Amino acid sequence: MAELTGRALIASRCAKFFKDGDFVNLGIGLPLMCVNYLPEGVDLWLEAEIGIVGCGASPSWEDADPDLIDAGGQPASVIPGGSVCDHATSFAYIRGGHVDAAVLGTLQVDQEGNIANWTIPGKLAPGMGGAMDLCAGVKKIVVATDHCEKSGQSKILKKCTLPLTGAGCVTDIVTERCYFQVGPDGLVLRELAPGYTVEDIRACTEADFTVADEIGVMA
Amino acid sequence: MGKSVRSKVVTMEEVLAKFEDGQTIMFGDWHGELSAEEIITGILEKGVKDIHAIAVSGGMPDQGVGRLINVNRVKSLATTHIGLNPVARDQMFAGTLDVEFIPQGTFAERIRCGGAGLGGCLTPTGVGTDVEKGKQKLTINGKEYLLELPLRADVALIKAWKADTAGNIAFRLTGRATNSYMAFAADTVIAEVEELVEVGELGPDEIDVASPVIDMVYVRTGEKKPVCPMWKRAREKAEGGKK
Repeated sequence: MAELTGRALIASRCAKFFKDGDFVNLGIGLPLMCVNYLPEGVDLWLEAEIGIVGCGASPSWEDADPDLIDAGGQPASVIPGGSVCDHATSFAYIRGGHVDAAVLGTLQVDQEGNIANWTIPGKLAPGMGGAMDLCAGVKKIVVATDHCEKSGQSKILKKCTLPLTGAGCVTDIVTERCYFQVGPDGLVLRELAPGYTVEDIRACTEADFTVADEIGVMA
Repeated sequence: MGKSVRSKVVTMEEVLAKFEDGQTIMFGDWHGELSAEEIITGILEKGVKDIHAIAVSGGMPDQGVGRLINVNRVKSLATTHIGLNPVARDQMFAGTLDVEFIPQGTFAERIRCGGAGLGGCLTPTGVGTDVEKGKQKLTINGKEYLLELPLRADVALIKAWKADTAGNIAFRLTGRATNSYMAFAADTVIAEVEELVEVGELGPDEIDVASPVIDMVYVRTGEKKPVCPMWKRAREKAEGGKK
């Protein structure tokens, strides 16, 4: 298999966090790409905030059912063994600690595990949707993000400057350049993407971090 | 009571008599899908304005509560997300639509509290964020929670699959979403349904919300399960090259 780069590499690395049978919430876009890279033998219960445990692949338009939709209002399907519930129950799964992991995109994330991904005051304010509940209730919060903004500014900061979605909840940060684990003492650089050095990461990361004794290669 | 129980089936005229300017109205739609679209058309035609809307999202300009926002009938919106409705966004930034953003799980629980006789709920969601501003914070067993207060409405407008004439209702698949708990949280609860059956045809475990909380049942006269405009547009776009 050709060496993965960019967003595919991020999705592939995030997919390695999951164990067979995990109950997982994946955000729209890059996080949802994780399903394409699940390790052999790993099947997940995907959750949709509207109230699906065991979301399947997007159906064809012929099979689309107006009574079966996902969080974004798109046609959804349910895998064998999957179920539907009302929206309050759906968030009991989320807030109650029953969801094993969530993968979220972000605007900013920082070395204290804070995440800011829902608003840029005065510019962008779509609403937080279910993101704050995920941050409050899910055990493992993986941030999947480009390392830097288009301007080159680091998205991994010492302290988020935008309004927070969740405080101290992020457990892992995966970018196209590296993987940081968020520990009690801050960020630990655990893996590097092929072609990157620790010095490269220091040069493009505002946050402080330590380097693991053994550093792996992202795949 | 059996089959002699009073019928709750009403006409559009009787439904619309319940709506007036300035009411707080809950809309069970999800981005304008799973929506009581025929009654929303009636509200539009009646000219109801200054609505204080409660809905999980701002719908879309041509779907659900978004249709009322689109023609400036909505004064305030308590919601979790308006990302699919650029009109709502523009009105919010222009200051003509007062938007309160609520985390989605908190939105559900506040309405559930409103319908279940609870004075509020304690949630960890939003602790350490702007959501906690102005709210009471309590520490329970060493963990911080926000006190979130109940939400209720004058009218809840919900959409279900089936009803019987007594007003028992049933949902299909994700159609339950916010409709199921909004049915408890308003002074007047109106269900728009696709199919009407006789009392007894829905079995005890097929009824999702029981008759006592439903005030009116309106049976769709148009298409039972129309494909929403967003899906039509997406499908046309996807199949555009094939025609």
